[in-house]
Amino acid sequence: MIEEQKLINIEVKELQERVKEFYGQGFRLVQICCTKLAEGLELNYSFDKNFEFINLRINLAVANVEVPSVSNIYWNAFLYENELHDLFGINIKNMAIDYKGSFYRTAVKWPFNPPLDTAKGEGKND
Amino acid sequence: MTKRTIIPFGPQHPVLPEPIHLDLVLEDEKVVEAIPSVGFIHRGLEKLVEKKDFQDYVYVAERICGICSFIHGMTYCIAVEEVMKLDVPERAQYLRVIWSELSRIHSHLLWLGLMADSFGFESLFMHTWRLREAILDIIEETTGGRVIFGSSKVGGVRKDVSDEKLKLIVEKLKKYEKEIKEITDVFVHDASVKHRLVGVGILSKNDAYTLGAVGPTARGSGVSQDMRKLGYAAYRNINFEPIVETAGDCYARCMVRVRELFQSIDMISQAVNKIQAGPIEVKVTGTPNGEFFARTEQPRGEVIYYAKADGDKFLKRLRVRTPTFANIPALLKVLPGSSLADVPVLILTIDPCISCTER
Repeated sequence: MIEEQKLINIEVKELQERVKEFYGQGFRLVQICCTKLAEGLELNYSFDKNFEFINLRINLAVANVEVPSVSNIYWNAFLYENELHDLFGINIKNMAIDYKGSFYRTAVKWPFNPPLDTAKGEGKND
Repeated sequence: MTKRTIIPFGPQHPVLPEPIHLDLVLEDEKVVEAIPSVGFIHRGLEKLVEKKDFQDYVYVAERICGICSFIHGMTYCIAVEEVMKLDVPERAQYLRVIWSELSRIHSHLLWLGLMADSFGFESLFMHTWRLREAILDIIEETTGGRVIFGSSKVGGVRKDVSDEKLKLIVEKLKKYEKEIKEITDVFVHDASVKHRLVGVGILSKNDAYTLGAVGPTARGSGVSQDMRKLGYAAYRNINFEPIVETAGDCYARCMVRVRELFQSIDMISQAVNKIQAGPIEVKVTGTPNGEFFARTEQPRGEVIYYAKADGDKFLKRLRVRTPTFANIPALLKVLPGSSLADVPVLILTIDPCISCTER
């Protein structure tokens, strides 16, 4: 294996505090991404410091699609968060710059966005 | 109070070969704020992984970018290989290093040409790209392709290169090294180049790090961060230290790329000296089940391929975080306070690849 990659499962309510801890310890925010699961969504927040790679993971139930922005801690997070909103329909609160769905200027609105009231089945434009 | 004007920059602009848009808020000629927009050519290639066999997807990954195509394909392969715990043969690992560094050389030469073009130094642009053609010739000799190599596969590489040809490549690179030195000396010493780059668009070390900048953008600000130090492929056997400059301005970012050209030639030479005879691929059986974040160093910086699989022949998720995407916040940091005339140069110094970003 090239490198050890740590995975920490957390709840949405812990996100701000845990991200603040990483910022305080001098980690950089590497990326944020989302994976659509059979039931709900999975968010990964990746951090790195001197090649120590750690992921915070949040599993979102269908009814729980609202996530606080971490762009107040890592300003660059707003890009990833707008991407999550546009491609996966996740409602991110208090982004540093909120494009309100126009970050990806695609001809078809939010092509990968699953219906917010259910994670079952494919998105409306799939 | 000075009147504010909003100027739309892009998505079509002479300095931008690909579409990205910035809303520039100006006070007279000075930029006070910049808001980016992307997505004009979003291709949905991450989504395509759900419908392509995991071994076939290498061809799609290579087509995410037409400049660092090989490294895209290789990083995808590394992600899948780590999930499947494949032991890739040593010779294939060295060939991956050689092709990666050839990619870096031609990418940096391409960038230097574009940079010369952006400040109107046309003859410098032409000479830089003349040398890039010679590197593309080497790539064509070893892979059959100039843009899309098609040489990486899950479990190793698709093509071998004879030891004689590898030695010949090193000889050619030594010859080109002198020509590259002549051309890059213009970037290093010419007064007109310095006039446009020195002291322009300063990004502090702290900002570069906390804004998540990667590659020459980060290293030009003193952040010693290079994913090749992870030791993927055969980089664990190659002696090198990340090229770092500390001024944080456009000139520093340019100097990092100039110095990396010579470093890449040295790394290829080391790899050719160390490569041993042996197989170039391992047989792949079964399907991937698990997840991994593969991180490699593209010419523009760290790229991430996150692969997640559940035992099916189709991956459940592929996420590609490209270096340009990571460098946009740093660009937005350096634009305020700059002159409108410097905006094209500033955008170019992060070496934006919108094709990558619009994966």
